[in-house]
Amino acid sequence: MSPSTNQPPQAEGRRSRLVRDRQTISWLLGASAFVLLALVSVLAITTPAPDYVQGEASRLIYVHPATAWVSYAAFATNVVCALLWLWPRTRKIGWDHAAGAAAHIGVFFVSMTFVLGAIWGRGTWGTFFRLRDARMASTLVLLLMYLGVVTLRQLPSSPTSRARRTALGSLLAFVNVPIVHFSVLWWDTLHQGPTLAKPEKPSIDGMPLATMLLSFVAFTVLFSWLMIHRTRIERWNDALLGDDLDTAITARQAEGRVARSGIPA
Amino acid sequence: MWNDARVVLAKDLAVEWRSHVALRQVLPFVFTVVLLFAFGLDRVLVNDPLVSGDTVPVAYVAPGVFWLAVLFSAVMLVQRSISSELDDGAWDQLRLWGLDPAGVFVGKAAAVALQLLAIEVLLGGVVCVAFGVSVPSSPGAWLLIVTVMVLATIALSAVASCYAALSAGIRVRETLLPVLLLPITVPLLLASVQAWQGALTAETAAGWAWVRVDAVFAVVYVAVGVLAYGALMEE
Repeated sequence: MSPSTNQPPQAEGRRSRLVRDRQTISWLLGASAFVLLALVSVLAITTPAPDYVQGEASRLIYVHPATAWVSYAAFATNVVCALLWLWPRTRKIGWDHAAGAAAHIGVFFVSMTFVLGAIWGRGTWGTFFRLRDARMASTLVLLLMYLGVVTLRQLPSSPTSRARRTALGSLLAFVNVPIVHFSVLWWDTLHQGPTLAKPEKPSIDGMPLATMLLSFVAFTVLFSWLMIHRTRIERWNDALLGDDLDTAITARQAEGRVARSGIPA
Repeated sequence: MWNDARVVLAKDLAVEWRSHVALRQVLPFVFTVVLLFAFGLDRVLVNDPLVSGDTVPVAYVAPGVFWLAVLFSAVMLVQRSISSELDDGAWDQLRLWGLDPAGVFVGKAAAVALQLLAIEVLLGGVVCVAFGVSVPSSPGAWLLIVTVMVLATIALSAVASCYAALSAGIRVRETLLPVLLLPITVPLLLASVQAWQGALTAETAAGWAWVRVDAVFAVVYVAVGVLAYGALMEE
């Protein structure tokens, strides 16, 4: 049964308007992300390489820091949604869907950061991976921790039980992020210092700086668009869980009726 | 809270006293792990006068092997700690007693910590023998070793107890728990190993710097456990 079947016409109208508005926002975000990413790609190829010593490999500065930023933003979103689910006054299944979406997106972007960093590292330091590097190690640990959260989420259980597990798993993992960050920073690092976030003048300027800042905007818009759609998928998955058996039985009965009437299915 | 913690601690220690799981299963397992490391790493250690070439001082290898073995034993101990609650609806009975969840957490974590400390003391001797570690003579080095041991054990017991409760109601908890727990313990492993390396190489000042990570980890996860164990117990 559709959720809107027994609703008055006014509520039905409000609902369809809300759906339309959401679709418009999603379309605008998707189109903006596509245009911005295309622009970043063109600028990244046409502007001069931002570092003379690192050469062409330094063009990865237009992608790698932005993907890292999105992964951190996704994990922060994940823990905020988890806390909103855990807090009884704000508890809604929608927060769990958003937390799950953010965890999945975070794992994707942190993997992307890791792969892009490895390619950059090969070009600059001559090695794909070095465990004794603070940021490589912390990124790897972050990936492993949140793979655990995603695994926890995918285990079969009721939506409430899954939501509680995800929220608590996210909280337990997130409080470890600063400890991992500082412990491996004290350990050792090959990485260059911050390029933008430092008290004195940034290490790059002009078009390279503008392109890098644009890449942050483009990836943030992409993240927002992905959040909307991944949250929608999480909601659909739950709906499917509820209807799954009924749908399967109806489909099987229909097949049976077709078989009995002698018409090939 | 403290009274409830004492009750749960006494219960868990009584279960261990009667079953001897830590003594008869966990301890032989970690001894075997240490010996396997010793066999596997024999060509890279400098305690063997017959070995030459690219070698590493045992003072750098032994702490790593020790703390890895401790991590594995912690996984086994918390799995045992939670599985004993899941038989015959004991976990639900524990909730029905109306105990403070923070007290249950402190009691269970303390029981794991005490068993872990006992294993660590015995394991330390095995590592010294298997790897030929020269025991430090300065009181400063010993103070560093003991401080790290206590802090890391509290931290490890707290975080492992939280994850054990989180995975309690899951059918695949035996395989899931290490996947969830071990990545979280990376800073703890790093800090404890570095601090012990400092103690064994007479660089205690560098070692003490790492104690901060152990202390922060312990405080954070004890606090999270105390605050969140009520929700974790509902799992």
